[in-house]
Amino acid sequence: MPATTLYRKLVDSHTVERLDADNVLLYADLHIMNEYTSPQAFAGLAQRGLRVRRPRQQLGVVDHVIPTRPVPIAARTIDIAPAARQAANFAANCAEQGIKLFDVRDPMQGIEHVVAPELGLIRPGMVVLCGDSHTTTYGALGALGFGIGTSEVEHVLATQTLVYRVAKDMRIQVDGRLPLGTTSKDLILHIIAKIGAQGARGYAVEYVGEAITALSAEARMTLCNMTVEAGARAALIAPDAITSDYVCERICDMDDAALAAARAAWRQLRTDASARFDAEHRFDASEVAPYVTWGTSPDQALPVDGTVPPLSDAAGDIERATWHKALDYIGLAPGTPIEGIPIDRVFIGSCTNARIEDLREAARVVWGRKVAPGVRAMVVPGSGLVRDQAEREGIAQVLVEAGFEWRQPGCSMCLAMNDDVLAPGERCASTTNRNFEGRQGRGSRTHLMSPAMAAAAAIAGRIVDIRKESRA
Amino acid sequence: MSETHRIAGVAAPLPIGNLDTDQIMPKQFLLGIDKSGLADGLLHDLRFDAEGRLRPDFVLNRPEYRGARILLGGANFGCGSSREHAVWGLQQAGFDAVVAPSYGEIFYFNAMNNRLLLVTLPPEQVQVLMDSVAHGQDKRLTIELGEQIVSTPQGDEYPFDLQPRQKRMLIDGLDMIAMTLRDAAAIDRFEAEHWQVRPWCRVDIARTRARKRGAGLNSVRSQGQALSSEKER
Repeated sequence: MPATTLYRKLVDSHTVERLDADNVLLYADLHIMNEYTSPQAFAGLAQRGLRVRRPRQQLGVVDHVIPTRPVPIAARTIDIAPAARQAANFAANCAEQGIKLFDVRDPMQGIEHVVAPELGLIRPGMVVLCGDSHTTTYGALGALGFGIGTSEVEHVLATQTLVYRVAKDMRIQVDGRLPLGTTSKDLILHIIAKIGAQGARGYAVEYVGEAITALSAEARMTLCNMTVEAGARAALIAPDAITSDYVCERICDMDDAALAAARAAWRQLRTDASARFDAEHRFDASEVAPYVTWGTSPDQALPVDGTVPPLSDAAGDIERATWHKALDYIGLAPGTPIEGIPIDRVFIGSCTNARIEDLREAARVVWGRKVAPGVRAMVVPGSGLVRDQAEREGIAQVLVEAGFEWRQPGCSMCLAMNDDVLAPGERCASTTNRNFEGRQGRGSRTHLMSPAMAAAAAIAGRIVDIRKESRA
Repeated sequence: MSETHRIAGVAAPLPIGNLDTDQIMPKQFLLGIDKSGLADGLLHDLRFDAEGRLRPDFVLNRPEYRGARILLGGANFGCGSSREHAVWGLQQAGFDAVVAPSYGEIFYFNAMNNRLLLVTLPPEQVQVLMDSVAHGQDKRLTIELGEQIVSTPQGDEYPFDLQPRQKRMLIDGLDMIAMTLRDAAAIDRFEAEHWQVRPWCRVDIARTRARKRGAGLNSVRSQGQALSSEKER
């Protein structure tokens, strides 16, 4: 057996057949769907007169269009008519095909990439597909996950497989330990800023190194989630005891003997010592600082003590034009220090940073303090279970007493295709994954950062350096 | 894709790097349950100002680019969100091809599945094409899919690569689902062995849901420490 990477092992173990030199027919253990990228796939299936091949390996979650206003779950409604129709259409499709759905009024509803792992449905060695780019999240648990388009959703519904072009292998090694005040969010922004928004395009990235193995399972999810913002097709971290513990604590459909056997098998899921990678990067975690984006692409990010770069730093005409457009949109001049930029809104949420650890971090920063006057700050927990746990731990109360809105779960203002939208010109400290133009609302200005940094910004009313604020 | 496998028409330069699918098809156009109406959404916020007025200086609004069939883009074109609506919108607005140095991965496969031709050329060549289109009288380009060549009215030719599989999909419009289902027995055989060897890969969502419900929402077996900061190091 030639030495192979973890990525290749996952692909090989799910290859139904090799189609040609580059493409395989890849088997999907689990397919997750949301209301907005699946309707045309269900319609296509009906047009063909086909049924879903494996309905029990499909999971539906309403998350993108759902409002997050703090009404009781049982009273949740979608008021925007086309959004309500989309959710109703999704529910009908799932019911007709016998697919389990976490619908609008389900207490376990949440963001798909938060719900699936917390239910123990994401396990090392699995292949998980979803019509959403942030499916790369699942690499944190040693599962191969990646986003697909609606035509591919239809293919998976019909066949439980995907025609898949195998990616190249990239290894990113991160040595040392992350400094106090920094998180895996800062690490991934650091990596994206260094390798660029297409630095990992065409690659499956495996993360290795001391800084990676030291991360909690949820911190790893943040890292793998945003690896897609470097263009990666997938992100992976070899499963270890942290992974197994996290997964086994949540699995509900296996007995102890089966779990023990699975744990033993998961230990084999690693890259062989002499396996070759097509590309390698190495980073020193001690160089990571709290990161904040200054532009409209996730690679336009800087340590919080940096200043907006001059256009002369851009490489070539197109990048200069792109930066010019970004600065014009974001309303910042070259040379502006990141620290001190005043903000109007704070959003803590999204599949990147709305798990319990993220909310604990935010609560720790704001405990006993108040949101700055004039700032509107929202926390949108990643799921009903996260929300419930945060309430039991007292986190919700800390956030509410500080002046945060404590809302119901959903994708919310990460992509604003629901009621949660920034007004034109509003500047937001956001724990989300994309600072694209118009992402959080037309004319909205997004600065990506960690939950602790966003929480600190809420208190100060401007972007601050958590390392100076920290009471740890 | 025409039967001659040739796309000839006005090419519009859009020199923006990392043009994400949020910009290509903004959120307000994603609430449909079919594929209709997406031409209106294409590059909406670049085409229209906040009051909904046409921005006369934007390339697609200029008379010389009316009816453009080819879009010249920057690197990592179509990065970001997986929304296939971006591809549908480009096609509904009359585009048959995009020429750029590179593409977002999911966008690339979405385009192929809809037979939208994506031509990949080195950044310098895309730049030359953009300049020639922007400054030349004749804004047309011709793409010969069979020969894999982009040519200018002046007769300059730029050959491009295309995976054989992708070329077949573009030319023949392969029905991938029908092709895969022809081999459904292979999937059956794979599944049986896979579930035997890796039983944990077969999730039971119904049982999981019932058990979580039964346990109340307090279902994670071990609770984390309140207000600790596990991510901080």
